[in-house]
Amino acid sequence: MSWEMVIGLEVHCELKTETKLFCGCRNMFGDEPNTNICPVCLGLPGSLPVLNRQAVDFAMRIGEALHCEVRRSVFHRKNYFYPDMPKDYQVSQYDEPINVHGWLELPDTSRVGITRAHMEEDTGKTTHVGGGGRIHEAAYSLVDYNRAGVPLVEIVSEPDIRTSDQAKAYVSELRAILVATGASDGKMEEGSMRVDANVSVRPLGGGEFGTRCEIKNLNSLRSLGRAIEYEARRQIDLLESGGTVDQETRHWNEADGRTLSGRSKEEAYDYRYFPEPDLVPLDPDAAWKDEVRGSLPVLPAERRARLAQLAAVEPADTALVVELELDALVEAAVNGGADGRRALNRAGNELAANLTAARTLDPAAFTALLKLEDAGQLTPTQAKEVLGELLEKGGDPAAIAADKGYEAMEAGDLESVVDEVLAAHADEFERFKGGDQKLMGFFVKLVMDATGKKADGKAVSALLRSRAGG
Amino acid sequence: MDTAVDIARAVREGRRTARQVVEEALSAIGARDPELHAFNHVMADEARAAADALDGRLARGEDPGPLAGVPVALKDNMCTRGVPTTCSSKILDGWLPPYDATVVERLVGAGAVIVGKTNLDEFAMGSSTENSAFGPTRNPHDPTRVPGGSSGGSAAAVAAGMAPLAIGSDTGGSIRQPAALCGVVGVKPTYGRVSRFGLIAFASSLDQIGPFATTVADAALMFEVIAGHDRRDSTSVQEPAPAVLGTLGRGVEGLRVGIISELMDGVAPDVAARVDQAAQVLTAAGAKVDTASVPAAIYGLTAYYLIAPAEASSNLARYDGVRYGLRVEKEDITETYLATRAAGFGPEVKRRIMLGTYALSAGYYDAYYVKAQKVRTLIIRDFAAAYGDFDVLLSPTAPTTAFPLGEKTGDPLTMYMSDICTIPSNLAGDPAMSVPFGTGDDGLPVGVQVLAPSLQEPLMFRVAAAIEAGAGDA
Repeated sequence: MSWEMVIGLEVHCELKTETKLFCGCRNMFGDEPNTNICPVCLGLPGSLPVLNRQAVDFAMRIGEALHCEVRRSVFHRKNYFYPDMPKDYQVSQYDEPINVHGWLELPDTSRVGITRAHMEEDTGKTTHVGGGGRIHEAAYSLVDYNRAGVPLVEIVSEPDIRTSDQAKAYVSELRAILVATGASDGKMEEGSMRVDANVSVRPLGGGEFGTRCEIKNLNSLRSLGRAIEYEARRQIDLLESGGTVDQETRHWNEADGRTLSGRSKEEAYDYRYFPEPDLVPLDPDAAWKDEVRGSLPVLPAERRARLAQLAAVEPADTALVVELELDALVEAAVNGGADGRRALNRAGNELAANLTAARTLDPAAFTALLKLEDAGQLTPTQAKEVLGELLEKGGDPAAIAADKGYEAMEAGDLESVVDEVLAAHADEFERFKGGDQKLMGFFVKLVMDATGKKADGKAVSALLRSRAGG
Repeated sequence: MDTAVDIARAVREGRRTARQVVEEALSAIGARDPELHAFNHVMADEARAAADALDGRLARGEDPGPLAGVPVALKDNMCTRGVPTTCSSKILDGWLPPYDATVVERLVGAGAVIVGKTNLDEFAMGSSTENSAFGPTRNPHDPTRVPGGSSGGSAAAVAAGMAPLAIGSDTGGSIRQPAALCGVVGVKPTYGRVSRFGLIAFASSLDQIGPFATTVADAALMFEVIAGHDRRDSTSVQEPAPAVLGTLGRGVEGLRVGIISELMDGVAPDVAARVDQAAQVLTAAGAKVDTASVPAAIYGLTAYYLIAPAEASSNLARYDGVRYGLRVEKEDITETYLATRAAGFGPEVKRRIMLGTYALSAGYYDAYYVKAQKVRTLIIRDFAAAYGDFDVLLSPTAPTTAFPLGEKTGDPLTMYMSDICTIPSNLAGDPAMSVPFGTGDDGLPVGVQVLAPSLQEPLMFRVAAAIEAGAGDA
């Protein structure tokens, strides 16, 4: 039987606010433990939370960017005991979240639904010393409350994702959106973006969803992809051997490449949610929402669509360039008359390889270079050389090309060089004609040397093939 | 002891020093507190130092403010920087707050001198101050009787002349009921009128800080100092504190006063008689008195004992032995939690944590917590309807006078009934205060409760002042 995966993702993203969600402590990764703390984020008796306006602003930006309905919301308390939670409850949004019913467009133009994107506070960080890193076996545990109270937005997708690649594309796209809105730095490796995956499988072709497992501890795109593949395989093997999948939380172990059983549905906490009485409902007025909407940058999906139309390619072909923030440069080149596909290629390869320099590249120079290549005045090899120098020192592409002695060769000139080379190596030519393809490279190199690298590699190969009678 | 109004005037005018006033208070505490146990912690050294500093400022011609040199006792659930703050619980053993509550800042900023922290029912849960880990407080009018609660220490301190003013907190009547039982004035302002920042939470949506005083004018003076918006409390009302003291004498001519019939049922006849008598005082002063109805008020107690414990179960979760206070160290974290909380909390606190945890549990939330919130909405609606016909409402503060120690400790439900008249105002969020008015058949003080619409404290204080003026004949 063929199976398909059904995947929904929950992404926690730390907001890049100056201060924490409910107090004035610095929101800063990597400071000395327990230095960014105060009575409020330590949950000391008598302390009260005051909502951070910038955090709300960022949450609204995320909502708008994900095409959500941004609405009146209520904070709840999620009650459970754990030493990384100073109050032994987490202030979070529950059944009245700030953002609902949105969607996100992937580079292939498919859409993933967004169920909700709600605000909550982060917990502190525990380090369990001894006992294999688990709290109950540890000799002792250390708690750092610097992260306690850092604002988070949790973005929950609909179970619309069907492959691990799509899941990775979703997370990449979401990260790009978060970064574009300025709401988060989207650093998975620093934990400012954390992903949980709900995975189930069902017979290909639809029908009821299977029982899902929630996979935690996914710290990179690679882990996400591997964990989903592993988990789907595990579930399929279970089902195909007549077993059933138990609903549970599973932890991804990167070293073993496996997911391990965590908490089962029966053991699930009763969080006893109720409205947080220390805060009032959050109800941004129309002016605030308008302000947020008006200040949003053009988002990746729109930039891809715009560039794709301009360059007459598919949106997916523009994904890399948009991701690298090189789309403005490419747009300028295309608007200046350069070929779209060539501009995308050069940006996606040569510029991508030297992003720092590419950020300061003069769009006019880039355009001029591409047009020289478009006009056949520079071979691709020459164009890359000139571009390399442009990136290094700047300047005028035509002048650089002239300095290097790159003038386009007349077709007749090239033919005579090729014939001279072949005549000088008659034995190799015979073997070449006999089908020894390894000699192609040998002859190309000789021709290029003979022309001082002015020849177009492709034209040389074509000539050689025709001389060989191929 | 003199009134706060008199003390502040004398100190500001240089007729007395703050130090003299504080020494008087400390000697009163020394004389009365061993018997009454109103204080958990007397801040003698701090008070003397503060008084000397005030006298220094006065000598330099500065005006310390409207409470210059007035000794104030604080219920021991108000955070005081570097001074033990216990909530009368073992769980906070050894904890020193690193900050002052807003109310403390405002009092000190107005020239008040904090003389100590007063006893309470553990975490303000109780109606007799018998649920204290440090032993009960006794009623100054009869030490075999309770002072009421949970702010029994503050009520007793003021009633016994150990401080002219005290701060309490009122979640279901914890200022008004002990004020009634101790024969002093006790005020629960509108919810959000006084910042809760630094008040150790019992039930956040109901808790409100307010004054104890021997006179309505003193209570008004203190109210003016502590009321007003605080950006550190998100539930704090935006409006600036109203002037109250200056409007006390405006009388009640033409005011419509309603006696809440539902809260007269089941009240001791001698107490009910005093309420009627207070109403007559108002009638004589020109008010129009009639019977009012707040039908949902009778469900207040039931709703309260779901909402308050629910919030408390969450508010008190943080006392887990990890960061501060008591820790009973065990093999692992779960065992440590259990042992710490078993040893640190008293029986009433445990009872309410269990009640609240149950009320919030999956499968019971709608039947209990949500339903209780609906009752709360009904009570708000019924009060609003009553205030369509009346400017203020009147009721007994407590159904009886002070009862003997130990009488109700074995029966929580009977104890809970002590707050039947005060709870509805907490659920509605409206202001209410207790004014002493005569005594019961047993010679013990009776309190009359004046209730007013949200933010209408000036009106409430005016009516209370009129009742106070007529109480001399009662």
